[in-house]
Amino acid sequence: MSMTAALETRGLSKSFGALTVAANIDFVLETGARHALIGPNGAGKTTFVNMLTGRLPPSKGQVLLGGEDITRLRQAARVKRGLGRTFQINTLFGGMTVLDNIALGVAERLGVAARMWRPANAHDDVRAEALALLATIGLEDDAGRRVVDLPYGKQRLVEIAIALGLRPKVLLLDEPAAGVPSLESERILEVLARLPGEIAILIIEHDMDLVVRLAQRVTVLVQGEVLCEGTPEQIVGDRRVQQAFLGERHG
Amino acid sequence: MSRGGSYAADHRVRAIEWLPWVAAIAAFFLLPDYLPLGARVLTYILFALSLDLILGYAGIITLGHSAFFGLGAYVAGILSARFGVADPMVQLAASALAGALLGISTGAVILRTQGLTQLMLTLAVGALCLEIANRATSITGGADGLSGVTVAPILGQFRFDLFGKTAYLWCLAVLFAGWFLARRLIYSPFGVALTGTRENSARMHAIGAPVYWRQVIVYTFSAAMAGVAGALLTQTSQFVGLNVLGFEPSGELLVMLILGGVGRIYGAFVGPLVFLVAQDFLSKQFPEYWYFGIGLLLVIVVLFAHGGLLGIGDALLARRRR
Repeated sequence: MSMTAALETRGLSKSFGALTVAANIDFVLETGARHALIGPNGAGKTTFVNMLTGRLPPSKGQVLLGGEDITRLRQAARVKRGLGRTFQINTLFGGMTVLDNIALGVAERLGVAARMWRPANAHDDVRAEALALLATIGLEDDAGRRVVDLPYGKQRLVEIAIALGLRPKVLLLDEPAAGVPSLESERILEVLARLPGEIAILIIEHDMDLVVRLAQRVTVLVQGEVLCEGTPEQIVGDRRVQQAFLGERHG
Repeated sequence: MSRGGSYAADHRVRAIEWLPWVAAIAAFFLLPDYLPLGARVLTYILFALSLDLILGYAGIITLGHSAFFGLGAYVAGILSARFGVADPMVQLAASALAGALLGISTGAVILRTQGLTQLMLTLAVGALCLEIANRATSITGGADGLSGVTVAPILGQFRFDLFGKTAYLWCLAVLFAGWFLARRLIYSPFGVALTGTRENSARMHAIGAPVYWRQVIVYTFSAAMAGVAGALLTQTSQFVGLNVLGFEPSGELLVMLILGGVGRIYGAFVGPLVFLVAQDFLSKQFPEYWYFGIGLLLVIVVLFAHGGLLGIGDALLARRRR
């Protein structure tokens, strides 16, 4: 047995009536791993992520974070224990500034977000940390701009930075470069490549180029089941995987 | 531009934010004949400010906010007319407490729901309160209203006079306190987090915020504030009628706030001022058609200026600077 996995699922299943969207998923995300989850449309990737984060209660099975059973915990409690996520479709605080977008998460983590008396502006520690995070993704010049006024690629970076402000042990990246022109996606890849090594990362991704460049391991999900797992090279060469994706293209 | 707290924005009171207070004090000296109307405007500003907290900042839509206003009005009135408690401070405190209790108990249920369900529940709470006040005639006076409300001098010193001078200044002082607290809240981390919930509640959940509890807290605070506004109305008019409860005053309040501008603190100042002054003048000039004027104004504001009257002001300023 290796050391405790950063994130693990055991027999995780979800059914809506007769429709099974996740069947008995056993999955291990090692500490500090760069792991990709791929699969054709409708394979159940989003369902799986939503069960991990607590948005969707599983019908059966367990989710373990650092060895602790978190299956029954609410989303907020999971975040507090170190489970962060980004969204496939930008889920940002659109009318607020870039700085505040990041600061909101930092304030939650530092436990100051419920303070009602001292002005937010006087919380220098929150602002300093948010600014430092913006510097690491190269958005320090945009700190005062509203998020809705940013180009899409930069919004995707904010999406990642919000999650980083939570200092997660496990980070779920849901198609981090989705919808971004290739020139800008290069920048996102750089940011992802420079993420601290101790964060275990699960990337849910369509783009095989990105998977090959970032991931050390790949799990393939098809029709709610794990089809296979391996290194990117093994997965690219696997005939069952090719069939699963080809099947999608023809269907 | 976001008009609330921020981890970067200066929280200090800007010079222009003193304008309403200077204007209110000037009005006291320059318009002695309009002090009763002025007190009413100040009362509704406090009421609208309480709505702005939950609607403008937390993004909770309600058509039942008069429940708290009416409860506050009745608590102050009943304390005085039935129990002889005439001290205005005690009445305010009791109304705030009653508002808070109703706020936390109904908010705990209402805020578990979303969208139309939430809207219907706020309507239902408002309707229930109206019906209770209507039926409990021995306490509330029912449809005849509650008269015989007396208010003792403030701090034993300042008697409510016939010209409404004390009442006006009293409302102004209470509004100032309410504004100070609300502003403090809006500029705090709690306020920024509320704005975050309004902007994107899914993301607030994803960053680990206890969204539901935060909403219950602000709803309760807002309800207490509305309760105080209701008590002010009772104290200045020395009467409570059923018209403080139900859908109509809730809807009217919403109109006032939207007219002034939602989610910007001072929209709650401008809206009631314009609405009530227009009501006063137009209803004397055109007793049958005055509401048409208000309706027309609202249509224009909603169609052409998202930020209400203050939004129009912003747009004009921006154009001049260009």
